[in-house]
Amino acid sequence: MGKLKTALIFGAIAILGAIALAVIALHQGESISAVWIVVAALCVYAIAYRFYARYLAGKVMGLNAKRPTPAVRHNDGLDFVPTPRNVLFGHHFAAIAGAGPLVGPVLAAQMGYLPGVLWILVGAVLAGAVQDMMVLFMSTRRDGRSLGDMVRTEMGPIPGIIAQVGVLMIMVIILAVLALVVVKALAESPWGTFTVAATIPIAVFMGLYTRYLRPGRVGEVSVIGVVLLVLAIIGGGHIAADPYWGPAFTLTGTTLALAMMAYGFVASVIPVWLLLAPRDYLSTFLKIGAILALAVGILIVRPHVQMPAVTPFIDGTGPVFSGALFPFLFITIACGAVSGFHALISSGTTPKLLENENQIPLIGYGAMLCESFVAIMALIAATVLDPAVYFAMNSPVAVIGDNAASAAAAVAQWGFHITPGELEQLARDVGEHSILSRAGGAPTLAVGMAHILSGIIGGKAMMAFWYHFAILFEALFILTTVDAGTRVCRFMIQDLLGVAVPKMRETKSWTANVVATALTVSLWGYFLYTGVVDPLGGINSLWPLFGIANQMLAAVALILGTVVLFKMKRERFAWATAIPAVWLLICTLTAGFQKLLHPDVKIGFLAHARKYQDALASGDILAPAKTAGDMHRIIINDYVNSTLTAGFLFVVLTMVVYGVRACLKARRINHPTVVEQPAAHELTLEDEAMDTARA
Amino acid sequence: MPRPAPQAKEAAGGADLLCVCRDTLVRWGKDARRTASLMVGQPDYEVYVAHAEATHPEQPPLDRTAFFRLHEARRFGAGGAFRCC
Repeated sequence: MGKLKTALIFGAIAILGAIALAVIALHQGESISAVWIVVAALCVYAIAYRFYARYLAGKVMGLNAKRPTPAVRHNDGLDFVPTPRNVLFGHHFAAIAGAGPLVGPVLAAQMGYLPGVLWILVGAVLAGAVQDMMVLFMSTRRDGRSLGDMVRTEMGPIPGIIAQVGVLMIMVIILAVLALVVVKALAESPWGTFTVAATIPIAVFMGLYTRYLRPGRVGEVSVIGVVLLVLAIIGGGHIAADPYWGPAFTLTGTTLALAMMAYGFVASVIPVWLLLAPRDYLSTFLKIGAILALAVGILIVRPHVQMPAVTPFIDGTGPVFSGALFPFLFITIACGAVSGFHALISSGTTPKLLENENQIPLIGYGAMLCESFVAIMALIAATVLDPAVYFAMNSPVAVIGDNAASAAAAVAQWGFHITPGELEQLARDVGEHSILSRAGGAPTLAVGMAHILSGIIGGKAMMAFWYHFAILFEALFILTTVDAGTRVCRFMIQDLLGVAVPKMRETKSWTANVVATALTVSLWGYFLYTGVVDPLGGINSLWPLFGIANQMLAAVALILGTVVLFKMKRERFAWATAIPAVWLLICTLTAGFQKLLHPDVKIGFLAHARKYQDALASGDILAPAKTAGDMHRIIINDYVNSTLTAGFLFVVLTMVVYGVRACLKARRINHPTVVEQPAAHELTLEDEAMDTARA
Repeated sequence: MPRPAPQAKEAAGGADLLCVCRDTLVRWGKDARRTASLMVGQPDYEVYVAHAEATHPEQPPLDRTAFFRLHEARRFGAGGAFRCC
């Protein structure tokens, strides 16, 4: 009876999902409702979760509900705490959901909605969720050890160090590209700049409140903070209109970039309770609230998708980012489909809070499906806009010129029609001087969200409010990531420098702190600055680097997963991690080599450098350079980017070699060689001593 | 999702139903609060106190403020929480 019921229910879901997918894939001509995309996504998730996650849990990993988790073994009420699964699910989802799944799909929309939707769904179900679940499983069996630690114990010390350096490089690129997204959103926007700047005094007030007035009252201080934020958004409109304050808050990208570096340095050096922790509350709750609001908005407004299913830009000539559908779509949409960064979170706090192994599918696989759904919603928000608006917002000045008339003319050549007046009217509706050439995803998403949310509350009159609400929520949590990430990087650098200078390791030392922080900020600041002054918008070269790095980390995590399955003598099932790993390797290696060696100067760093070198040799100055010095700087940037790309390629290729070796070795041995905590719950004397020490 | 108690089906009387509903709402509220605090790195204080009293009755547990500050420092300290891009 039960089986029949399941078969009927999931049969119906499968049919519904197939119909929805057919509608979105085969659709021609008139626009379709975004609800079809939502339905297709939810059906795919339901089937994948019910069948594939269960298969992974039972057959591939062999989860054992009787095996005590680290939270049970080491329960200390502080770090290791068995936590109800719903509560832990929320925690894990909040930790993995960031700006990535919001930005990537918006950029990828230039190829049409269909490639993005398909990759977000297939990638999440077969690669992203598998990776998150596998890492959570491995870390749970190893007392909540980190990814780097697990690479070291399962694959050897050299791959361990390589993975650690790789993670540091990826962090730097992530911080730079995220900071660039914020700069792109706030440049020349007094309203946005004021509201984001206002979060600093608001957070400091909240910090003092939780420190001295009412210690630990997170809920109440967050409510106060959100109220102040809303006031700041409303106030921002008046500030922007003010003849004195409006221009005072109108900053260029370069100024904003320098301000962000200074701010990032200060924010990660001062005590965390003063700025970082309170802003963390605001950004976390605002993020969850905005995601829920977007979901409700899409279901109530049921907007129509305006973007074609597939645009001609799949051939790689698109203005938003260069490069063909393969491999660049799979690099551009990273986080919503598969994100290596999740491996760091799934091997962080979550395994230390897991109550039972049988909750690994819900937390590991389920939370990633939710993240994938966030990416689907971001894609919807970008594609419900008029494509002409989308391309005017996301194409660089070098392509569409700097005024509405030239932009309208440029997008008309691609077959999308809009009048300059309509572009100017839209800018006025959202309370901005101009919406042209605002690459980076955040402003496009904000216009899309404003379009959807103003359909529920406020109509056109509230459009500017919703636009700046969306900008604020994105900027806020990106900035929190940048500050917290700067601290994480700083500790990593202190750790690495500590090998040579032991004094650098002291985390309490003021000198070590300042030196390592300055080093971190100048690393990501360098890439941020070059991105800001890049005439093609910076996102063009930085986002693919970030995507390559992030997907390579995922490949590393999946290689580790494959090695562990081999060492568990479960190699029959190792295809579950090996296939996505191979796919990611194909995509990232192709993209990496193209970024290095492609003859098209828009794609290949070295070709670009050569073009400038040749011009310099014949005495020409190429735009955007104005002097020979600028030309030299552009060439140096190209070489830095090439070196970084080569570094990523080196990291991932060595991991492949070590991974294959480890698998072959495990195959020759006829018993499991995996390094896990034993299944039986017998505390050794050492364990007991550690528990006492912890308490 | 926390399921309503089994007697929910039998509860024909309005008063019983009201009771069950209220209990469920209270439980959901509690769960939501715990989730929200854990999202910003603050685990449940009551759970900690119960654990500390059960395992180490000889030493007084940290007070609420100290517990809060410990986790605040830990979230952003060395080896602290990564967050995603």
